[in-house]
Amino acid sequence: MKVLTNGNEAIAEAAVQAGCRFYAGYPITPQNEIPGYFARRMPEVKGTFIQSESEIAAINMVFGAAVAGARCMTSSSGPGISLKQEGISYIAACQLPVVIVNMMRGGPGLGDVSPAQSDYFQATKGGGHGDYHMIVFAPEDVQEAYTLTFNAFNYADYYRNPVMILGDGILGQMMEPIEQVNPSFELPLPEKDYILDGCRGREARSMMSLFLREGELERHNAILQEKYKRIQEELCLVEMVDVDQSDVVIVAYGTVARICNTVMREASNEGIKVGLIRPITLWPFPAKQIYDKVKNNAKVLVVEMSAGQMLEDVKLALNGKANIDFLGRMGGGIPLVVDILKKVVSMKGDS
Amino acid sequence: MKDMISPKRSAKAKSLKKVQFHYCSGCGHGIIHRIVAEIIDEMGLRENTIAIAPVGCSVIAYEYFNFDVTEAAHGRPPAVATGIKRIHPDKLVFTYQGDGDLAAIGTSEIIHAANRGERITTVFVNNAVYGMTNGQMAPTTLLGQRTETTPLGRDALREGYPLKIMEMLAVLPGVQFLARSTVHTPQEILKTKKLIKRAFDVQLHGHGFSMVEVLSMCPTCWGMTPLEALDFVRNRMIPFYPLGIIKEPDKNENGQYGKEQPKK
Repeated sequence: MKVLTNGNEAIAEAAVQAGCRFYAGYPITPQNEIPGYFARRMPEVKGTFIQSESEIAAINMVFGAAVAGARCMTSSSGPGISLKQEGISYIAACQLPVVIVNMMRGGPGLGDVSPAQSDYFQATKGGGHGDYHMIVFAPEDVQEAYTLTFNAFNYADYYRNPVMILGDGILGQMMEPIEQVNPSFELPLPEKDYILDGCRGREARSMMSLFLREGELERHNAILQEKYKRIQEELCLVEMVDVDQSDVVIVAYGTVARICNTVMREASNEGIKVGLIRPITLWPFPAKQIYDKVKNNAKVLVVEMSAGQMLEDVKLALNGKANIDFLGRMGGGIPLVVDILKKVVSMKGDS
Repeated sequence: MKDMISPKRSAKAKSLKKVQFHYCSGCGHGIIHRIVAEIIDEMGLRENTIAIAPVGCSVIAYEYFNFDVTEAAHGRPPAVATGIKRIHPDKLVFTYQGDGDLAAIGTSEIIHAANRGERITTVFVNNAVYGMTNGQMAPTTLLGQRTETTPLGRDALREGYPLKIMEMLAVLPGVQFLARSTVHTPQEILKTKKLIKRAFDVQLHGHGFSMVEVLSMCPTCWGMTPLEALDFVRNRMIPFYPLGIIKEPDKNENGQYGKEQPKK
């Protein structure tokens, strides 16, 4: 049975279905439906909802809940996610399974409340202090927001790593009919042998990210990097459509990729073959898949709601193999089909 | 006094690991660690306790406490404690925080955790200075007190007044037990122990938020000998930060304190 719901509420329900029983967050547009939904839903499943006094408190509350062994989540948008960076760095350092949602809005600063993708660097390159990575999922529609969020909790536990769901204001607010079917997860989840629940029948445990003795912190970092390498080898998700025979290949993620689906159809009507590469994990970035798929000297167009952030990863992935062009809108502007099409036509004409 | 804080004696509490404290001579942390550990032993709660360590000199409290301890970012222990207590409502959950952690960078977290009436306890160690970073001014630094960042002494016109956190928290209904004590004499150490035990009791009976502020010595950053530091607590700190119970749960008709509140 299909349910009509928006991206924010789909994410919140997927979290509940995945066993999330602790949510803390602070209101910010365009993600307010997430705390609103949890406030109603958590009491029904004997979970905890807390409207925190700040984003900083919220991320530290989920730090505590994760240390205590619960599946937990917080959510926000750009300005609030910036405040959470301190906590995210600690969570990554302590290897805690926490799910964080960022429904991106225009920035920098207070910006606006319109959709944007300008937090890509912050999400994929660390954001807080120190060498660390979050796993970053970028759903393109409400259905995928549901399934990716559900499995975000599994991946967080499987890798003992924070996972971010990176959407935007369109995804959060848009209503679509979805199937609330929980996806399968085949990987065995490790026992939570790190949680603090009172040291009954075992040695006392501690959870910390402070390593003062010589060499200790470097060894800890090496463990983290080894895990990140493993995630890069195992978890790159990407959707590729009609890339092989295309005149122009578009690379786009999230809701922009959906706009580009329309561009593909319209271009086909004009006799231009457009392929689409849609990274679903932004970190780990599917660099190898993209490199293997894109032909030498292909024409590649990166489309983003930013000044060109994923663009850098596409350039690194293709390493000079293809000719890369960029089309971006900033500050809450949405790329229009007509503009992307114009760009595609001009790129094809260049040959 | 010396004997009471020696590692040999401290190791007798099961809730302390058998290691030597790294704290400076005359510092109060070792005494307060030991008091807390003894209380938890006496209450039989070692296996049912989760503590949150701060950032500051006592950041590695987990190296000394022999029960579950997590670190938290600077000022955030009350938020971390909130997450832990809501998941484990039956455990004893307490934060151990210094004046910089609690009264400067963490004022928001402590006020709101207290105001929500979280069933947690805070042991607040006030030595009126930032010890770990070389002795800068704390929010609780006294007027006229010299620190690295108030070389001429704290001046209210420049640096504002010392912050009385307990008196601020006392007006919040979610706060059920507040007391201030000191560890500069053996008698006061015993009183402090009673008060912290009381605060844990208030938590375990579900009354609400409880906190004990312990005035403590930092001879290193005060530029004093350990004995001079005891005099500083006696002559300068206590007159400004009066000792005693500031707030406690109301007595019910049976003469017992408060009514158990439903669990969060």
